[in-house]
Amino acid sequence: MTPVRVSIFAAIAAILLLALIFELIRSRRLQERYALMWLATGLVILFFSLWRAALGRLADLVGIAYPPSALFVVASLFILIVLLHYSTVISELSERNLTLAQRLALLEQQLRETSASQRGDTTP
Amino acid sequence: MARLAILPAFNEAGSVGRVIEEIRAFDPGFDILVVDDGSTDGTAAEAELAGARVVRLPYNLGIGAAVQTGYQYARNNGFEIAVQIDGDGQHDPQDLEQLLAPLARGEVDMVIGSRFCGERHYRPPLARLIGIRLLSAVVSVIVRRRMTDPTSGFRAVNRKGIVLFAGNYPHDYPEAEANVLVARHRLRLVEVPVTMRMRETGRSSITAVRSLYYMIKVSLALFVSVFRRYPALEDR
Repeated sequence: MTPVRVSIFAAIAAILLLALIFELIRSRRLQERYALMWLATGLVILFFSLWRAALGRLADLVGIAYPPSALFVVASLFILIVLLHYSTVISELSERNLTLAQRLALLEQQLRETSASQRGDTTP
Repeated sequence: MARLAILPAFNEAGSVGRVIEEIRAFDPGFDILVVDDGSTDGTAAEAELAGARVVRLPYNLGIGAAVQTGYQYARNNGFEIAVQIDGDGQHDPQDLEQLLAPLARGEVDMVIGSRFCGERHYRPPLARLIGIRLLSAVVSVIVRRRMTDPTSGFRAVNRKGIVLFAGNYPHDYPEAEANVLVARHRLRLVEVPVTMRMRETGRSSITAVRSLYYMIKVSLALFVSVFRRYPALEDR
């Protein structure tokens, strides 16, 4: 069985995490769509720190002798997924950033050419 | 037939003007577009002075995105042929004739200038030669045709190639992947021998430290490309 102190500490940490996420959403520094996975992480940690029998069952199931380690594993897995998700978000953002820069450069070139020809300039 | 020469240039103020003049001298019918990839020297000014059109990227996007911008320009402005030449003077515009011939005959969709097929004058350092050989072997297997110089950035494409590259071009160190992209879209490609000149100014973007990253990144990209689906092209 998980020591009570571990459970209490984990529960407090999870609640602080959830409160922090809530505050970030409230102050509009974190969009809901990116907060969802962090919320899930916090809730799962909270769930397993409060329901200690479930954590013991899970540890048993996957063969972890010391139940608090299972809590650690579950938390790590969730954080890994969040990070991977962010890598995809960054990839998409940099892709869009690139497309924007290209469109901007082409538009600028077109604009310079158009205004040059309006002035009757022959040089491009 | 409207032809565009695309010159990607990053801090090549010392050589870009001469390359432009050489292309002019070879064939005055070329429209010349310099894609200034966020240079901090006078590259764009030099290019404009030499009479080229200049697209200035707002910051350095890397060679792949710079070249792609050139192809987007070619697509948007109805060009039928686009040639890609480095702005640093290492590609010889004299070779354009060989490069354009197979396209003009309508035999292929892309022609790559190879430093290794035909008579060889270019001898790279051993480490780079091994890297190029490895990549050639991998690319040759994927495209099912012998490629001797998959890292060459000296190439010419027809309208199909322009449309393909405008919509889809690999990012950093793009050349080897671009060959695979062309082959996987069932466009036809061929290599022709070209000569390689010593760099006039500037330094190669591939330093010893980056070489390893280069090999790993390109290998991963090539491996993944085999398992990717490639949608049909649409010329808008």
